[in-house]
Amino acid sequence: MDIIVCVKKVPDTREAELIITKDGKDIEKGELVCDINEWDRYAVEEAIRLKEELGGSVTAVAVTPDEDEDLLRKCLAMGADRAIMVKDESFRGSDAHVIATALHHIIKDLPFDLVFTGVQAEDDGYAQVGGILAGFLKVPHATLVTQIEVLERKVQVHRELEEALMEVVELDMPAVCTIQTGINEPRYVSIMGIRKAAKKEMKTLNTSDLGLTEEELGDSASKVKIKGLSLPPSGKGAEILKGSTGEIATKVASILKSKGVLA
Amino acid sequence: MNFELTPEQRDIQKAAREFATAEFDKDLAIEHELNHSFPEELWRKASKLGFAGIHFPEEYGGQGYGLLEKVLVVEEFCRQDSGIGMALSLVELGSEIILVHGNEEQKKKYLIPVATGEAISAAAFTEPEHGSDITFLSTVATKDKDGYQINGTKIFITNGCIASFTVVLCQTDLEAKPSYRGQSTLIVEKGQEGFDATELENKMGMRMNSTAELSFVNVKVPAENLVGDENRGFYNMMDFVNESRPEIGALALGIAQGAFDRALNYAKQRKQFGQRIADFQVIQHKLADMATKIEASRLLLYKAARNFDKGKIDPKISSMAKWFSARSAVEVTEEAVQILGGHGYMLENEVERFYRDARVTEIVEGTREIQKNNIARLLIGKIS
Ligand SMILES: Cc1cc2nc3c(=O)[nH]c(=O)nc-3n(C[C@H](O)[C@H](O)[C@H](O)COP(=O)(O)OP(=O)(O)OC[C@H]3O[C@@H](n4cnc5c(N)ncnc54)[C@H](O)[C@@H]3O)c2cc1C
Repeated sequence: MDIIVCVKKVPDTREAELIITKDGKDIEKGELVCDINEWDRYAVEEAIRLKEELGGSVTAVAVTPDEDEDLLRKCLAMGADRAIMVKDESFRGSDAHVIATALHHIIKDLPFDLVFTGVQAEDDGYAQVGGILAGFLKVPHATLVTQIEVLERKVQVHRELEEALMEVVELDMPAVCTIQTGINEPRYVSIMGIRKAAKKEMKTLNTSDLGLTEEELGDSASKVKIKGLSLPPSGKGAEILKGSTGEIATKVASILKSKGVLA
Repeated sequence: MNFELTPEQRDIQKAAREFATAEFDKDLAIEHELNHSFPEELWRKASKLGFAGIHFPEEYGGQGYGLLEKVLVVEEFCRQDSGIGMALSLVELGSEIILVHGNEEQKKKYLIPVATGEAISAAAFTEPEHGSDITFLSTVATKDKDGYQINGTKIFITNGCIASFTVVLCQTDLEAKPSYRGQSTLIVEKGQEGFDATELENKMGMRMNSTAELSFVNVKVPAENLVGDENRGFYNMMDFVNESRPEIGALALGIAQGAFDRALNYAKQRKQFGQRIADFQVIQHKLADMATKIEASRLLLYKAARNFDKGKIDPKISSMAKWFSARSAVEVTEEAVQILGGHGYMLENEVERFYRDARVTEIVEGTREIQKNNIARLLIGKIS
């Protein structure tokens, strides 16, 4: 079972004060801590689990404008066998189509049974790369995957739909799955893992190594263009509840009921 | 001059941070604080991930990294939680003596369980009558045909009640001149006849660590439990502190950073007199002072650890790093309480606990005064 996992690094914006860049199309990332996209972390874990169970290999792949060796070292430390990074400044601001094109150029020459991506990325939330990539590779794909069972040349996967409705589908391999959070419990990076990662193969390529042309890259190639970003206007009408914990809880419950949230 | 950590060291730092952030839960910490209990489950988890024996060689169950990597882990753990951090960081206390001076059998027998999270160790030097000055000890090990017989009392021993084994510094030659040339380090195992550990219940901080009084009444120790050469125990202890002082400094550094993070965060949110308290220049200067002390401690400590790893041990730098980080931690945590005001005084808001926990770093492994004596002696030469 050879599995390729596509990973991305995103800024942690949970408790940060966001500042929009001068050109209005991005956020200032200087002070933000970046780490692996949450969905990708589950995808890496799932790939490693399948490999540990069935044998084979896991290759982590990243397409990025930044020095993201640490992202791939993390995948290696978790248990991936090798890593490939394609770094090029022109990927800044690329849409999902361009990223999937680059991924396709890397993956098409590698042996694989499954390709995993996260369902979506925390920063842009496009949720498109997996689907477009499957199209390029001409293989079937399933999104929102929360369980995977490998059968003879097929995979059976569970897809999480609205209202926790579960759909089970069967795909021929090779296939692409976009992995949903919660599919597993991702492991911590261990010191043993870091030690082993130091001895694993990490390949850094540039776009010409992949035979990508100018037209396929960057802003000009992107079919979806960012026009601007804005912060939500600060809302009115916040009500600060006062009183003991018990009193506050009672008030919260009655508000939720009056708005129809609680029955 | 190179101030950068290697990519691998940064990965270790991140791994420690990720583990600590996810696992060191505030409510769990308060529960252990109030119960004075050791976070055993977290210790086992951390050990499985290789944090406990990170600086032990691979053949003894460790990960083969050095003191600097250990310092990075300790810093991250204590930054997330002072109490849990201290508890998990000190589980191998005393094992370093075996690592440096023990023989092959001792290393295999004692270090592997510590590195893999099956055993905790302790080091016992301090006695009721001998603290800063341990050049003569009342705990005496008398040689007989099978080995030694130990009699005496040790106090304030970290992990005393939970350690599987303790490296005990004993007087083995009462006539030796100077007296410290008559001391030896011996391994005493838990449950040995005549050996008893009593918990010293109430203390200012460090409440998740056991701190115990050890009593030895005719404790028979086989000759093979002697670590290093007979009558060289004091020197073993001196080598040990070169390694353990930066570790204690790292506890202090992490605690200071953790308190600072919380104070900074609070100062940016708390409003009084119609503005954020971070907009008052007095608060700004407090934060600037705190951050400066932390950064200076970090540079000294990393230097001390790196020197150690390169085999260029400079006890002067170790002492500087230790006292300065410890003092800074006490000052920084004190100001953190001040910045949080009344909220800072409450257990629930953590910084008062960081303050109490920081205090011990100025006392253990040589008090602040002893570190300065050390530095001065090395600067000036023998002081009469
Ligand atoms: C929580 C805790 C955990 C501990 N864990 C351990 C452990 O695991 N193993 C262990 O062996 N010990 C341990 N200790 C003991 C610790 O190392 C001693 O408390 C410390 O070395 C000081 O000894 P003392 O308490 O006897 O103080 P004293 O030596 O009596 O010192 C009292 C004061 O006099 C000062 N003083 C002493 N001599 C001089 C001098 N020459 N010049 C200037 N000032 C001087 C000291 O700095 C101090 O301020 C622990 C202590 C605590 C509180």
